Amino acid sequence: MALLEIKDLHAKVGEREILRGIDLAVEAGEVHAIMGPNGSGKSTLAQVLAGRELYHVTGGQVTYDGKDLLALSPEDRAREGIFLAFQYPVEIPGVSNMYFLKAALNTIRKHRNLPELDAMDFFNLIREKMTAMNMDESLLNRPVNAGFSGGEKKRNEIFQMAVLQPRLAILDETDSGLDIDALKLVAAGVNAMRNPERAMVVVTHYQRLLSEIIPDYVHVLAEGRIVKSGGKELALELEEGGYAGLGLVDEEEPVGRV
Amino acid sequence: MTAVAEQIGHWLEQFTRQEPAEPWLQKLRESAFARFTELGFPTTRDEEWRFTNVAPIARANFVGQAPGLAGQIAVADLREADREHLGKYAGQSAFVALNTAFLKKVAFTRVARGAIIERPIEINHLATGQAGGLLHAHPRTLIVVAPGAQCTIVETYKGEGNYFTNAVTEIVAGEGAVVDHYKIQRESPEAFHVATMQVALGRSANFTTHNISLGGALVRNDIGVTLSEGAEATVNGLYLVNGTEHVDNHTVIDHAKPHGTSHELYKGILDGHSSAVFNGRIIVRKDAQKTDSKQTNKNLVLSDDAVIDTKPELQILADDVRCTHGATIGQLDAEALFYMQSRGIGKAQARSLLTRAFAQDIIDRIKIPVLRAQLEKVLSEKFHERSND
Repeated sequence: MALLEIKDLHAKVGEREILRGIDLAVEAGEVHAIMGPNGSGKSTLAQVLAGRELYHVTGGQVTYDGKDLLALSPEDRAREGIFLAFQYPVEIPGVSNMYFLKAALNTIRKHRNLPELDAMDFFNLIREKMTAMNMDESLLNRPVNAGFSGGEKKRNEIFQMAVLQPRLAILDETDSGLDIDALKLVAAGVNAMRNPERAMVVVTHYQRLLSEIIPDYVHVLAEGRIVKSGGKELALELEEGGYAGLGLVDEEEPVGRV
Repeated sequence: MTAVAEQIGHWLEQFTRQEPAEPWLQKLRESAFARFTELGFPTTRDEEWRFTNVAPIARANFVGQAPGLAGQIAVADLREADREHLGKYAGQSAFVALNTAFLKKVAFTRVARGAIIERPIEINHLATGQAGGLLHAHPRTLIVVAPGAQCTIVETYKGEGNYFTNAVTEIVAGEGAVVDHYKIQRESPEAFHVATMQVALGRSANFTTHNISLGGALVRNDIGVTLSEGAEATVNGLYLVNGTEHVDNHTVIDHAKPHGTSHELYKGILDGHSSAVFNGRIIVRKDAQKTDSKQTNKNLVLSDDAVIDTKPELQILADDVRCTHGATIGQLDAEALFYMQSRGIGKAQARSLLTRAFAQDIIDRIKIPVLRAQLEKVLSEKFHERSND
């Protein structure tokens, strides 16, 4: 059985139906890219999988590691190994990055019946991962994401992922707003975590991230449904022909009017 | 008899039960009691008391005075020069008059010219209610800091059971004096606590106060600071209310002379059916040009049943000044909660972390480490992980 199995998933925000029957199966060890025009439902899918209450699931099933994912609270999903790298990481004034990450890691460790780490062990664990993400240690004592630049926030997400070691990582537009150097750094961080036990779902609008993180499968989402699936070459096809080449409308691009 | 006459009669009985004092003090007490009789307890018809109803105090039947604290000195033993300060600043409100009517001992500190006292001066008031009926206590504090002197003062009020504390604190800081003041109010959940603090700052004096309100059924603070030329005042506060607690902070920062600076930051966390009032008045007198004043009140409301009334009052009579004020009332940030949950932190713990984070900037400004640690502990106990939502 696949690690993640989504069947006919429907979700609404308010009265608006955004997901209209998603089917997707992701095996451990695979990287799936989800592409699609703006407004197609990519970020909604990512947030629904992480358990955001803003979205109401109105139909379908999601099975993760044999469990009914939709029945779990967001914190239990995280403890079971799901990680969402946010498109817009949230600032939390008054809570230090260090305290936050240690609290997160220890609740997850506790859930996995591992001993909690003290400050020293924790610091030793994260030090190397910080260096890998080119993050300054002073960021640890600053409040979570507060005053971070866009690039620092995205690197912080991947750093958190490296510390928490999820089984299913969902990256929501992790490339947006990054210059090419930052993009390469983030992609290297993600690639270093690829392994046969871990699955990744990479949500992106643009192909450029996928030349750094090479997916096994690419799916195109439009109007809340997956309209096309293929191998990594599908991303290149999109790069050349754009979403319009698939007959799709991208909300960002103006549509010809009479 | 009318209800008011009955109340006065009740207090007269309490008043006459005291042992007579030496003539000057007896005279002071009597004139204060006369003043109290004239004013009576305020009602919600008084603008200053619109949101705080002291009827539970006015109607209460008191059986006597709570015993005073050891370590205080008898007012009668004050030197004449120090005596003159008593009652000179605190004004003549009904509660101050009532305090003076029962004046006997005073927690008194004098810091000599140029002296630097590094260890915090601790003033602890402990009240204990008794089963037989309500007790009343009238703690009095007088702090005289001579020019160029420096000290830290920590006033703590705590207790058990039913009682009424009616405190008056007067602080005089001479030219260039530096005073760091803390008031930690941890009265019992049943207690009534009314307190007046008045501070007179000399030229270029620097005064900081943190007014931390953690307990009490009905709490009212009246805090006033008067600034001379070039003086600086930092007037901060934190109030944490839960259950049916009520806290009312009225502050008056009076810029009497030019070049004064004041910063005021009051933050409140409200839960349950609690209520709070913040009323911050800034007065800039005609003479007080180049005043720089900033006031901020921020509230975190955790429950639909909690109520906050916040009101800035600016009276600016000078024309070359900078004054800003702002008030906010908000709830826990849903995005931040979800972000924390998505990292495995349980919802209850996430709420508790965000609640503590809200108070963090006030706590960080407290310079005494033990006090900071104590507060962090109280904070996590008071709003401990609610799992019901």
